[in-house]
Amino acid sequence: MRSDQHLVIIGNGIAGVTLAQNVRKKSDCAITLISSESATHFSRPALMYVYMGHMRYKDILPYPDWYWIKNNLAQLHDRVTAVDIHAKTLVLQNGAPINYDVLVLATGSCPAFYNWPGQGLKGVQGLVTLQDLHLMEENTRGVTEAVIVGGGLIGIEMAEMLRSRGIAVTMLVRELHYWHNTLPPQEAILVSNNIRKHGISVLFQEELASINPDAAGRAESITTKSGKKIPCQFVGLATGVKPNVGFLHGSGIELDRGVLVDDTFATSAPAVYAIGDCAQFRNPAPLAPAVEQLWYTGRQHGETLAQTLTSATQKKRYSRGPWFNSAKFLDIEYQTYGFVPATWDSKYDSLYWEHAEGNKAIRFLFETESGLLLGVNILGIRYRHDLCHHWLQQQYTIHDVMQELSAVNFDPEFFQRYEQDLYNQYAIRFPKLAVPPRQSNWWELRHKFSLFSSSESC
Amino acid sequence: MSTTTSAYSSPVTPNAHGGALKLTGLLLISLGLLGMLVAAVGAEAVSPVLSGLGGITAVTAGGILYVWEARRQKSVAEQNNGAWQNNMTARGAGAWVVGIVLTGFYILLYWFPNTLHGLILAVEPLSQWLRNRPADHWFLYGIFYTLAVLVMGLHALLKYRNSRYHIIRTVSVMFFQLGFAFLLPGLLLFLNKPEFYFSYFWPLKYDYLFPSTVGYLVDNGAALGVFMVFWGAVFSFIATPILTYYLGKRWYCSWVCGCGGLAETAGDPYRHLSDKSKKAWQWEVAIIYPILGFVIITTLVLWVNSWSEGKLLGNLSHGFSSTYGFFIGAIFSGVVGVGFYPLMGNRVWCRFGCPMAAYLGLLQKHFSRFRITTNGGQCISCGNCSTYCEMGIDVRHYAQKGEPIIRSSCVGCGICAHVCPRGVLKLENGPRDNRYAATPLINRDDVDILR
Repeated sequence: MRSDQHLVIIGNGIAGVTLAQNVRKKSDCAITLISSESATHFSRPALMYVYMGHMRYKDILPYPDWYWIKNNLAQLHDRVTAVDIHAKTLVLQNGAPINYDVLVLATGSCPAFYNWPGQGLKGVQGLVTLQDLHLMEENTRGVTEAVIVGGGLIGIEMAEMLRSRGIAVTMLVRELHYWHNTLPPQEAILVSNNIRKHGISVLFQEELASINPDAAGRAESITTKSGKKIPCQFVGLATGVKPNVGFLHGSGIELDRGVLVDDTFATSAPAVYAIGDCAQFRNPAPLAPAVEQLWYTGRQHGETLAQTLTSATQKKRYSRGPWFNSAKFLDIEYQTYGFVPATWDSKYDSLYWEHAEGNKAIRFLFETESGLLLGVNILGIRYRHDLCHHWLQQQYTIHDVMQELSAVNFDPEFFQRYEQDLYNQYAIRFPKLAVPPRQSNWWELRHKFSLFSSSESC
Repeated sequence: MSTTTSAYSSPVTPNAHGGALKLTGLLLISLGLLGMLVAAVGAEAVSPVLSGLGGITAVTAGGILYVWEARRQKSVAEQNNGAWQNNMTARGAGAWVVGIVLTGFYILLYWFPNTLHGLILAVEPLSQWLRNRPADHWFLYGIFYTLAVLVMGLHALLKYRNSRYHIIRTVSVMFFQLGFAFLLPGLLLFLNKPEFYFSYFWPLKYDYLFPSTVGYLVDNGAALGVFMVFWGAVFSFIATPILTYYLGKRWYCSWVCGCGGLAETAGDPYRHLSDKSKKAWQWEVAIIYPILGFVIITTLVLWVNSWSEGKLLGNLSHGFSSTYGFFIGAIFSGVVGVGFYPLMGNRVWCRFGCPMAAYLGLLQKHFSRFRITTNGGQCISCGNCSTYCEMGIDVRHYAQKGEPIIRSSCVGCGICAHVCPRGVLKLENGPRDNRYAATPLINRDDVDILR
C-alpha cells in the first residue's frame, strides 16, 4: 500500500483489526475501519461475560481510545449499504460515500435460522452481535424458563449466561451427545455430563418443530419434532452462523455461501479482498473447511492478507499451519491442536486418558501404522500451544511425543500432573517401544528448537 | 425442571438452596454488629466483654456461615457472576457505605483512639490471656484485621477451590497473618520481650532499620533483640533479592505480607475495581518510587544524625521520620489503602504507595526469573485477565500479542491465569535468557503502552 492510498475495511472484528494493525506496521496509507455494529473493536467471544456481570462492555474492548489515534486508524460507525466496484466507492447509510483504493470485506457472520414456525416471535433470538446481547438483556428480563436450540459453542454459552440469571434452561441437541459432530464420543459424553451437572437439562436427539406464541405474540413454549411441548419465555437459536454477505448481492462480487476468495483472499472484483468468517475459499486445503469461523483463523487471515497488501511484488498464500482451537464449557476448558475428528476408522488410533471424576481428559490421535501424530484434545487441562504446534509441524510420531510429554503441561504451579497416567497407557499399548521417558523440561526444549520469536519488543 | 436461584438475587430468597444458612449467617452478623455498637457506646450499661466480644464472635460465626453457603452453591466458573452488577462490588450504594465505615474506622483508630474505648475493653480478656497486659487500640485492630483475613480467607478458598495454587497461597497468607502478625508478637509481649513482626521488613516496616528501633531492640531484647535486628537486615538486603530472583515478588506480596494478605482475602471481591488506564500507570510510577526514595533518604539521614549524636542535623531527622509516618504510614496505607477497597480496588496501597513493593518490583523487573507466560496464539482478547488484575496491569495487552508479562507491579496472585477462559496464562520461573521473547505464533503490532 502506497502512502497516498486508502485501505477501507468493512468490519472491525478480529480479522479486520488484525489486518489494519499489520498493514500499519509497514505502511503509512490511510486506513479506515467501518462497522455498523460498534464504534470500536470489541472481543466477540467475551460478550457472554458482559451479560454474566464478570465485565462491563468497556472491559471487553481490547484497545483503548488512544491506541487508534496513535496508530492513525480511522474508525467509522456506519453501515455500508452498497459497494460500487467500478467507481471504487462505498455508499453509507448516514455519512457521505467514501472512496477506496483497496477494499477488504471482513463482515463476519450472522445467525443461521432454518425457517421454524415462530422464529420471529418476541423472545426468540440468536447471539452473535452486540445488538443481540442488548436484545438478550431485554428478552430475558423476568424470564424463568428458556430453551436453547443447538448443541454447539454458542448454545452452551447462552445456557451458561441464562443460568447466571437463575433461569431454568433446556437444551435441544440434535445429536446423540453435546457437540457430537466435532468431539469424539468420550469427550462429548464428558462434556454432556458436565452440562447436566450444572443443572441444565439437555434433550438429545431432539429438534425444534415450532415456537408457540402467547396472546401477546411472545414465545410461550416450543414443540419438538417428537411432539414434546416445553414451556419457555425465551428461545435461543444457536444452530450455527453463516457469512454476513447479504448487502453484497448485486455488487458484482462473486458470492456463494460467503464471498468467494482464492488462497490470497482475492475476490472476483479487482482490489477487493475478503477475510474472516465472511470469506469462502474456492479451493480449501485438504481437511480444511471452505468457511473458517474462528477467532484464531480470523486473526491469521488478517495477518496473511496484510503481507500481500504491504508487499509490492509478492502475494502471500494462506496456509494456516497446524489447526488449533479452544473453548470453555462451563467449568471445563477445552483445547485442541491438529486434527481430531469426531470419528475415525482403523487407519487411526488414539491414546485416551480420563480422570476418575470425569472432568479432565487427554487424547492423542495418531496414524496406526506410522505412529504419526495427528492431533491432541485436552479437557480440563492446559497444554503449551508452542510445543504442540512444534510436534505437529515437525511431524512427530506418538513415540517422539512421549519423550517430550512432561514438558507440555501448562497448568498452574502445584497442579496435579496426569502425563504419567497417559504414558502408562502408552507403555501398555507399545510395550516394546516404551523406554522410560526422559524428563523433558520446557525451557530446554524452547531453547533447543527456538520456540520463541526473535524480536523482543521490551 | 429444577427451580433455580439467581447468582446475585437477594441472599434470603425463600426458595434459594441453602437460604436458611445464609439467613442465619446474616442474622448473626447483624446481632454481632449491634453487640459491638453496644460495647462501643454503652459500656456502662452492659458488660463490654459480653456485648463486644460476643458481638465479634457472632460476626465471625455469621460471616463463616454466609460465606460458606454463598460460595459453595456456585461452581468455580460462576464465582464472578454479577461482580459488575451487584451494588456491593460495583461501586453502588452498599460499596459507599462499606467504604465510608472502613475509612471512618481508620480515622478513629489513628487520631481518636479514645472513641474505641468500649471495644478495647471488650477484648481485654483476650489481651490478658495472649499478651499478659491491657488491651489497646492496636490490639483491637489486630483482632479485626486477623479475623478479616481468616473469614475472607475461607471465602477465597471456596471461590478458587479448584486451584491448588490459590489454596496453598491463601492458606499461606492466613498462616502468616495469624501466626507471625498476631500470635507471635503477642507471645513476645507475654514473655516480656520487644514486640516484633517477623513477617514485615524495611522498607515496608520503615522504622525497623531506624537507629531508634535498632537501639530499642538491642537494649530491651538482649540476644533475641540482636537476632531481630539481624533477621530484619538479612531479609531486607539478602533474602529479598535472592527469593525475588527465583520466585518473583510474589513470595512476599501475595504469600507472606499482611497488607497483601488482607488484599487477597477481604479485598478479593473488589479486585476488578483497580484502574487499568495508562494514566493510572503513570501515577503509579510517579508516586511509588519517590516514596521508596523517601524511606531510603530518611533512614540514611537518621543514621547520619545518630552517628553524629544529633550534632549534624539536630531535630531535622525526627521531622523527616514523623512526616513519613503520618502521610505514608497512616493516611496512605490505612485510610486510603484499606478504607477505599470498595471504591478503588484492593491494592491501592500496594500499587501506589508501598516502598517494599517498589523495591521488590525493581528486583522482579530486572533481576528475576519470574514471568507470566502467554500460551501461543490462544488469547481471545476477552479481558478477564486485565479486569481481575488487582494491580491494574493491562494483562491482555501482552497476552493478545503473545508476549510474556513482566511488570514490576505484578504481585503474582495468579488470578489472571485463573479467570482466563482459554488457559492462556501461566505464572512461572524460568531462565533469564530470552525472558522477554514472545511466541512465534502471532504477528504482533509493536506499540509501547507506557510512552
